[in-house]
Amino acid sequence: MPRPIALAARYAGLSLLAVFTTFPLLWLLSTALRTGGPVFGFPPNLLPWPASLGNFLTVWKTMPLPRYFLNTLVLAGLGVGLNLILCAMAAYPLARMEFPGKKLIAGLLLSTLLLPGHIGLIVNFVTLLRLRLVDTYAGVLLPGAVSVFGIFLLRQAFLTVPQDLEDAARIDGAAEWTIWWRIMLPVITPALGALALFEFVAVWNSFLWPLIVLKTPDKYPLAVGLLYLSGLFAHNTRAVAAGAVMMTLPIIAVFLFTQRYFMRGLTTGAIR
Amino acid sequence: MEARYTRRQRRTVATAYLFLGPALILLGVFTFYPVVFGTVLSLFDYDVISPPRFVGLAHFRALWADRYLWIAFGNSMKFLLVVPVLQVLSIGLAVAVNAPLRGIRWFRAAYYVPVITSMVVAGLVWRWLYEQDGLLNYLLTRVGVLTRPISWLGQPDLALYAVMFVTLWKGLGYYMVIYLAGLQGIPPECEEAAVTDGATRWQVFRHVTLPLLRPSILLASTISAIAALKVFEEVYVMTGGGPMFSTYTMFYYIFDKGFQQLELGYAAAVAVVLAAATLLLSAINFRIFRQGGWTYY
Repeated sequence: MPRPIALAARYAGLSLLAVFTTFPLLWLLSTALRTGGPVFGFPPNLLPWPASLGNFLTVWKTMPLPRYFLNTLVLAGLGVGLNLILCAMAAYPLARMEFPGKKLIAGLLLSTLLLPGHIGLIVNFVTLLRLRLVDTYAGVLLPGAVSVFGIFLLRQAFLTVPQDLEDAARIDGAAEWTIWWRIMLPVITPALGALALFEFVAVWNSFLWPLIVLKTPDKYPLAVGLLYLSGLFAHNTRAVAAGAVMMTLPIIAVFLFTQRYFMRGLTTGAIR
Repeated sequence: MEARYTRRQRRTVATAYLFLGPALILLGVFTFYPVVFGTVLSLFDYDVISPPRFVGLAHFRALWADRYLWIAFGNSMKFLLVVPVLQVLSIGLAVAVNAPLRGIRWFRAAYYVPVITSMVVAGLVWRWLYEQDGLLNYLLTRVGVLTRPISWLGQPDLALYAVMFVTLWKGLGYYMVIYLAGLQGIPPECEEAAVTDGATRWQVFRHVTLPLLRPSILLASTISAIAALKVFEEVYVMTGGGPMFSTYTMFYYIFDKGFQQLELGYAAAVAVVLAAATLLLSAINFRIFRQGGWTYY
């Protein structure tokens, strides 16, 4: 095949695949943007015309969606904060100190990646019952407050910090905490950013654990709340679709702006 | 033992554990303790309200005769079919987006979008697309693949595969990134040398690229197998385990027993069985891909 045609064929193939991965969400958007007409039936109305933001206003006003957004933001903020601090603390000695038990701890951490996490579902619920943390955000957040993936991601970043930097601070008599906070953390900001992104997406989309822990619908995060609403408003597909779009758009926006970080972080954490 | 360390070294040890402490405590309570206590709990009857009662292996004996366990087990095994399909497709996808084409970044992003989409949203959308008078049926009848619309999620012999397709759609981009990293870690000289020796593009891929990709295949297939065995959210959102238990999986059974019927001891026993299956599968995965069980050369 001549080069231009081969190139065109490749782009065509790639575009077709892109249609496959994105059309469900585009259909969702189109459904949410139309106010009238049947959602189902042949032939389908694919174009969002006449378009309006009516459905979005309806869900925002008649459903407790603002509440769910707020809940999700609080949960995501706390979840990201906890993970950044705890993972950064745990990763530091694993990367830059020698101490007995280091190999054992690294091995234990690695084993969690192979461990089937589902057994935790039941026992952690019993633990939360004992600690009286059922139906609280602490109960939602604590089991996921440290991600092993995050520890490995940050450990990798700490390993790349030049020794001179640490030595210079040490000669100046800086304490270990100061070195960690003042010297190390600023250098590994890109990795911290990547971890923050992953955690943000994870908490934003988290569903099963909040569903189990939270008993009051007012405390639901978006994912749980949206499914709850889809049951209550089953007759109004367009309104539920609008809610789903509102839940998805922020995360896609965040992703598109931070793609580079995202992909790089995913691969360094996963492979090495 | 302690005498081997100087005072400064001992201080380093203390500092190291102070840094590690909070993370280790949380992981201990919520990750490691459940493995031990979950196994213990499986030997008890526990419904949250009355105190636990020791029943020995009674739950496991009951499980053996439990019809629903076997249905769930069978469905979870079928769900594993998604793993090899996902690996083949995402390796293909990774090869396709590894080319230095203009705008390739945006294609990668487009393939990754389902990964960051909430499973609730994905499940709702696909439930609508799968409707009898939904878009999928329209397209397939229009093209002539189907003569009349099918109720994808309503038929017991189809529903599980329809759910698996959503898992596939949502997972492709994730594994693509893992394989992409693997491909970019392969030194270009390896493939160039093969080309100089007159190998065709397929031969290069089959005999050079694929063997060098083995660590990534190990990682991705292990992650994907574990995920397949604990599939829950797509089932919960799309079918609720139905119709007629055709999409009822092991993890769904644990959820039902534990949190709907509050038989936590019995649920823990199911979890132990699933954990054993998962570990076995990971071990097999490691055997195949690490020891070089697949000799490409």
